[in-house]
Amino acid sequence: MMARKPNEARIVITGVGLTAPNGNNLAEFRESLLTGKSGIQKFNVRYMGEVFAGVCDFDPLRYQKKKELRRGTRAGSVAIYCAQEAIADAKLDLTCLDKSRIGIYVGITEHGNVDTEKQIYEIKQFNYDTTFVSHHYNPRIVANNPAGEVTLNMGITGPHYTLGAACAGGNIGLIQGFQMLLLGEVDLALAGGVSETIHAFGAFASFRSEGALASHADPEKACRPFDKNRNGVVVSEGGCIYLVERLGDALKRGAKIYGEIVGYATNSDAFDFVLPNAQRQAECMKLALNKAGISAGDIDIINTHATGTREGDAAECQAIREVFGNHINVYINNTKSYIGHTMGAAAALELAGNLPSFEDHIVHPTINVDQLDPECSFENLVINEPRKVDKVNYILNNSFGMLGINSVVIIRRFEE
Amino acid sequence: MTKKEIKSVLMEIVAEIIPDEDLTNLKGDIPIREQVEMDSMDFLDIIMELRKRYGIEVPEDDYMQLATLDSSVAYLEPRMRDL
Repeated sequence: MMARKPNEARIVITGVGLTAPNGNNLAEFRESLLTGKSGIQKFNVRYMGEVFAGVCDFDPLRYQKKKELRRGTRAGSVAIYCAQEAIADAKLDLTCLDKSRIGIYVGITEHGNVDTEKQIYEIKQFNYDTTFVSHHYNPRIVANNPAGEVTLNMGITGPHYTLGAACAGGNIGLIQGFQMLLLGEVDLALAGGVSETIHAFGAFASFRSEGALASHADPEKACRPFDKNRNGVVVSEGGCIYLVERLGDALKRGAKIYGEIVGYATNSDAFDFVLPNAQRQAECMKLALNKAGISAGDIDIINTHATGTREGDAAECQAIREVFGNHINVYINNTKSYIGHTMGAAAALELAGNLPSFEDHIVHPTINVDQLDPECSFENLVINEPRKVDKVNYILNNSFGMLGINSVVIIRRFEE
Repeated sequence: MTKKEIKSVLMEIVAEIIPDEDLTNLKGDIPIREQVEMDSMDFLDIIMELRKRYGIEVPEDDYMQLATLDSSVAYLEPRMRDL
């Protein structure tokens, strides 16, 4: 085992705030993942009518005034809920904190589409007279909006920005928080990802045009990574923001520690706009393992990115085989089968759903696999039923996105 | 529209724009922004709503005329009486 780094160079997760289509806090979310509860439903989208989507039902008025809701965006609202929940979960009192030393780093797939579509729809009622464009439009669509709304709501005066990283956004937000803590730029980081994508028709329509929008008679069965008959993505909303801090600070205040961020990597396919590249994904996993100073055999759970597309799932499986070879002790699962693709939130949410495994030694399954695709077959792919295991020391979280952005985060069970 | 109806419409718009505020004791002769929490972006919402609902254009030079409920009704009455 490698020598431990000094405590100021070790970064730990001490709070989790989330909203998923099947849970509005980690306990609810975990319970859903262990009991096979899906969050996918029929949902009406402008111009398209009924589609399948993952929809969150958190109470935004828990932390926002009605006026804030009217002024802000759905992504902002999701980010505020998650950030406030993370602070509360970390048992921190915002009124006692130096708010200039808190940084907010929120991964997004995209931002602004929802309000752009809405404005165009609204001015259409006025024969496209642009004087009817709302004065609220610009502050709603600036790329930093979801993180900025958190600062307004919580009075945080440290740095805030979003990280546009397609569907790897959640991992990239967390990595950014890690790095800023390591650099000493902030003392607390609120880091993760959010998505409001379902409130615009664009993503649904474009996936459909690509032939990559999932369909099934039953919405809850529509997203089925690794199944032979998988046929695409279910678009969802959601958010997950972690409270991350240096180990020394966490120990000083007796914080509950969910896990330690020990490895991460991000790289680029330089290959195609939408198609994945197994070789680069494998390289990304190897880079993260190197950074963590461990080997593939040390990983206990791989939470896959697999979205339920034919090419994407197969490429990731190929990449995993290249890195993990015959390490059959690695358990493999997937979260999108329950909640669909929460886009910018996906990586952060999917990691969160696995963190309790450090304590309960249960690996949540991937659901909806009726007929396993031989291309996606692994001995320890956990299908349809949770698996009790002897130990969980390391979780590897994959997340990849369009334009060939790959990201991997490795979390270790906390040990002093 | 009568003055009473115009006032009612204005109250409806203001209630939508600042939904957290209690408007029951809003006085007609004191600037609205001195009585409730309303910033300049909220005020622009009133202008936008009047444009959207009734096609009324309020030039920027006239914004001061909408400071109080009473002055708003007086300013809008000639523009809304035939609606």
